[in-house]
Amino acid sequence: MANNRYLLFLGCAIPYRVTSYEISGRKVAAKLGLELVEMPDYNCCGLPLDPADHEIMLMLAARNLCIAEKQGLSIMTLCPGCAGTLRKVNRLLKEDKHEREKVNSRLKEAGLEFKGTIQVKHLMQVLAEDVGLEKIKESVSRPLVNLCVAEHSGCHVVRPQKYIGFDDPEDPKILKSLIEVTGAKCLDYFDETECCGAPVVGVNDKISLSLTRDKLSHMKAVDAKAVITVCPFCHMMFDTNQTRIERSFNETYGMPVLHYPQLLGLAMGFSPEELALKDLRVDASKVVNMI
Amino acid sequence: MSEKNEAETKSTLKISDIDMQFKNEVKKIPGGERMMMCFQCGTCTADCPIARFSDTYRPRQLLRMAQLGLKEKVLSSDQLWLCAACYTCVDHCPQDVEISSVIRALKNLAVKEGYTPLVFKELASAVLETGLGYKIPELRLKKRQEAGLPPLPKSNVENLSKLLRQTGFSRLVEKGGSNGGK
Repeated sequence: MANNRYLLFLGCAIPYRVTSYEISGRKVAAKLGLELVEMPDYNCCGLPLDPADHEIMLMLAARNLCIAEKQGLSIMTLCPGCAGTLRKVNRLLKEDKHEREKVNSRLKEAGLEFKGTIQVKHLMQVLAEDVGLEKIKESVSRPLVNLCVAEHSGCHVVRPQKYIGFDDPEDPKILKSLIEVTGAKCLDYFDETECCGAPVVGVNDKISLSLTRDKLSHMKAVDAKAVITVCPFCHMMFDTNQTRIERSFNETYGMPVLHYPQLLGLAMGFSPEELALKDLRVDASKVVNMI
Repeated sequence: MSEKNEAETKSTLKISDIDMQFKNEVKKIPGGERMMMCFQCGTCTADCPIARFSDTYRPRQLLRMAQLGLKEKVLSSDQLWLCAACYTCVDHCPQDVEISSVIRALKNLAVKEGYTPLVFKELASAVLETGLGYKIPELRLKKRQEAGLPPLPKSNVENLSKLLRQTGFSRLVEKGGSNGGK
């Protein structure tokens, strides 16, 4: 049965650096009749520490799942990294009795127990599976018919396929259809499924920026007027780092980067201010003027 | 030793460099189980977005070094930390090796040996202090309120630390690795 009540798992990057995603996400969720409950006492999903110690990641993720179970509600995240990690661990602990017992013996020390009673979904999944394209379409009062955009689903919403099991990682279509119900056109471009490069920022910035730049140039080649993202990290690469890319490669993009809820929100009739468009680094007034 | 001879010595595999037990260490870490199934087809490397922009990062090579038991060489390699965990290789591997997870298992072992990038020490101390990966400045939290957002829920860090105490967490916070970081 379609669910319309979720615990909102904010993660770390969004409240720290990408509140425009949260602001717009809450606006469109409310308009679509999704009830988002603040998730109490949550901690980092675990993903950032997985490279250092897999056990630590497991414990961090498991604790979040137990807290949600206590609330009796499934989790919705805005960040694909959080969604991917919590989904993977949730599934592992549900299916693998041995692992569950091992983790539970540790959780006991903190007065917690994993029972396997909830689900974890990313915003995109909730929109596609629980709300449905029809209902989203009905909420559109100002179709964005003049707008041609490019999508960037990113990695963790769809990969690895065997753990995530959502959309087709080789040819992702769901964000495209979510974009198209707003009336905007979503363009295909070369190497559309490739990573934005964010995870290697700080390890090798040159490689990281080269990847983002490569994608930006392919989007520009098909004359996309904006990039639509569903991940705080991808967003920082395309938006926050765009000026740095322009400087490093001596090129000009001026490509506005909108969170999907900002695009949908505009089509729902929300004002650019209500959707925190002013928080974007790359000026998005070109997009607003097209509406 | 002439330059040529030196180069030859460097590229020669010495039996003394090989740790026959290394593959078992990797296989014990979740995600590393299928490392020995890799038959070096190179699909991971051909499809790797990082490899496309790097002259040195080759996931296939890392796998081969690990298979051969070149423990020191692979764990001390900077290349390990270039994996973006985009999971393209996991989806494409014909042997279902989960390359990216094997590389993550190698990173875990590298950290145990003390080859820990500083960022993890910072991350771990932020988690211990706030429950989150960042120490979010007060100003940000104030701005949330101004933007009409509800206050950010606080983690019960005391409860969290009860859990983390049972892992290698304190070691990570204190030293960034068991050998104190190399």
